[in-house]
Amino acid sequence: MTDQLPLLRVEGVMKEFGLRRTASERVARSAAEAHRAVDDVSFALRRGEILGLAGESGSGKTTLARCIVRLIEPDAGVIELDGVDVRAASGPELRELRRRMQMVFQDPYASLNPRMTVATALLEVGRVHRRPGAENGEQFVRDALERVHLGPGIATRRPRELSGGQRQRVAIARALAAGPEVLIADEPVSALDVSVQAQLLNLFGDLRDELGVAILFVAHQLAVIAEIADRVAVMNRGRLVEVGETAAVFGNPQDEYTKALLAAHPHIRLSRVAS
Amino acid sequence: MSAVDVLGAPGPPPVETAAWRRRARGLRGLPLQAKIGAGILAFLVLVALLAPLIAPYGQNQLDFDNILSAPSPSHLFGTDSTGRDVFSRTLYALRVDLAIVVVVTYIPLPIGVLIGAMAGYFGGIVDSVVARVIDVMIAFPFFVLVIAVIAVVGPGVKGVLIGVPIVAWALYARLARSEMLVMREQPFMLATTALGYSRRRAILRHAVPNLMRPCLIYSTLDMVVNLLLLASLAYLGLGAQPPNAELGSIVADGQSTLLTAWWVATLPGLVVVLFGVGAGMLGDGLSDGRLRGGVQ
Repeated sequence: MTDQLPLLRVEGVMKEFGLRRTASERVARSAAEAHRAVDDVSFALRRGEILGLAGESGSGKTTLARCIVRLIEPDAGVIELDGVDVRAASGPELRELRRRMQMVFQDPYASLNPRMTVATALLEVGRVHRRPGAENGEQFVRDALERVHLGPGIATRRPRELSGGQRQRVAIARALAAGPEVLIADEPVSALDVSVQAQLLNLFGDLRDELGVAILFVAHQLAVIAEIADRVAVMNRGRLVEVGETAAVFGNPQDEYTKALLAAHPHIRLSRVAS
Repeated sequence: MSAVDVLGAPGPPPVETAAWRRRARGLRGLPLQAKIGAGILAFLVLVALLAPLIAPYGQNQLDFDNILSAPSPSHLFGTDSTGRDVFSRTLYALRVDLAIVVVVTYIPLPIGVLIGAMAGYFGGIVDSVVARVIDVMIAFPFFVLVIAVIAVVGPGVKGVLIGVPIVAWALYARLARSEMLVMREQPFMLATTALGYSRRRAILRHAVPNLMRPCLIYSTLDMVVNLLLLASLAYLGLGAQPPNAELGSIVADGQSTLLTAWWVATLPGLVVVLFGVGAGMLGDGLSDGRLRGGVQ
């Protein structure tokens, strides 16, 4: 596993957000104070693994996730998908790379176009990327829904007619319809209630096992990461402070911040540590 | 699942699926206010379209035996100073005015929405340039511009047909742009990028359909403004030329006899009011918060 070439390689990625300068600062041409949201982050995502990205609110997890698919342009660093430089790509090449790295957003209430039915949204992905099977629309939609354990009955509905869990499943189905190798899930369960969270976590596990898709799973809830991730990366103030096997990191944290973070959640049941 | 619920966020309230679906289907889901408004507008449009069938007299048919006769069953709105039937003239005038209003409202709308959507989506220099052009257009006195166009092309409806769209697109562009600035940060718009869609698809298929709603609501107000503009120009003698009728020119004709024959100016004026009330109720009803993002 370890000597395998990583599917997604992130090296030295950096992103600063300039704070707005006041008028007097602008006149004086003093440098704007920058906030470094992502600071020299490097990690690798292996094929078929679930890497948990942990950290408190504001630690730069979402910014990092968005930098990888270039929803936000990173200021520096290397991002490679299967050896292809993501940052150098543009136009159709970039769109193809984005197809291979799909994203699931935190808020399932806002991540689906309110005017599109489930079937339209799913089929659009297939048609745009000319996915195999997309010519037969009905079957394509049914397959896409089945992958996330939804029945074909909801195909004609619009997002507002669905529950939060159903919406998130549709968003996942939409991402999978593009045929990605990497799934970047940005807090995919934190907007959902607990019983739905559990079902969705199982779903992510199933997707990894059945489709072999690698998942970067961003979450602020350590319990969620303990439940699902093979390895975990802990982020604090834009920096990765610790990366390792989930059991090792949670069982025997090396970094002070990781220790503090774990201490703040004393009830984590580390099933993997025990086994 | 004790491992999961440590930090479990409270879930959002469940959606009353069936009720919502029923609500959202077609006109039945609209608030009463919007239904009444739509009814009034539909009635006026129907009456205007059927003017030749409904009107008991020709619009320019003189009758010197019946000058300034009060409203009666044979002359519902009375007659004017040359004995013309005001009701018939009003119907024909409504026909002309509504046709022009619809054209000068709904031709600039898609153009403005598209320009505004692109400005908001791309941001940067494109946005700055478009935003300044919009500001200039809106800052320019609308009425003066239309009169200037009329001065060039001559009196008649042509001036309105040319002058209004030159400026009106900017109102929709401003509205669409400001909505787009918010919408482009919404996850569903970010998703179009993450899904590898082209910008063209993102704007036309995903953003514009969601921008249309506020613009259509605004257009109901715009129609009233345009109808009033038409009536004002006709009142000034810059609209349809005599003997053809426009609502504003009928009112202008009747003004001199307002004290002796109130009906000539008042009743066509009330038709303008009725249109304004109808369009206002429709727009107000459509913007009802419960339906946000709901009407098909």
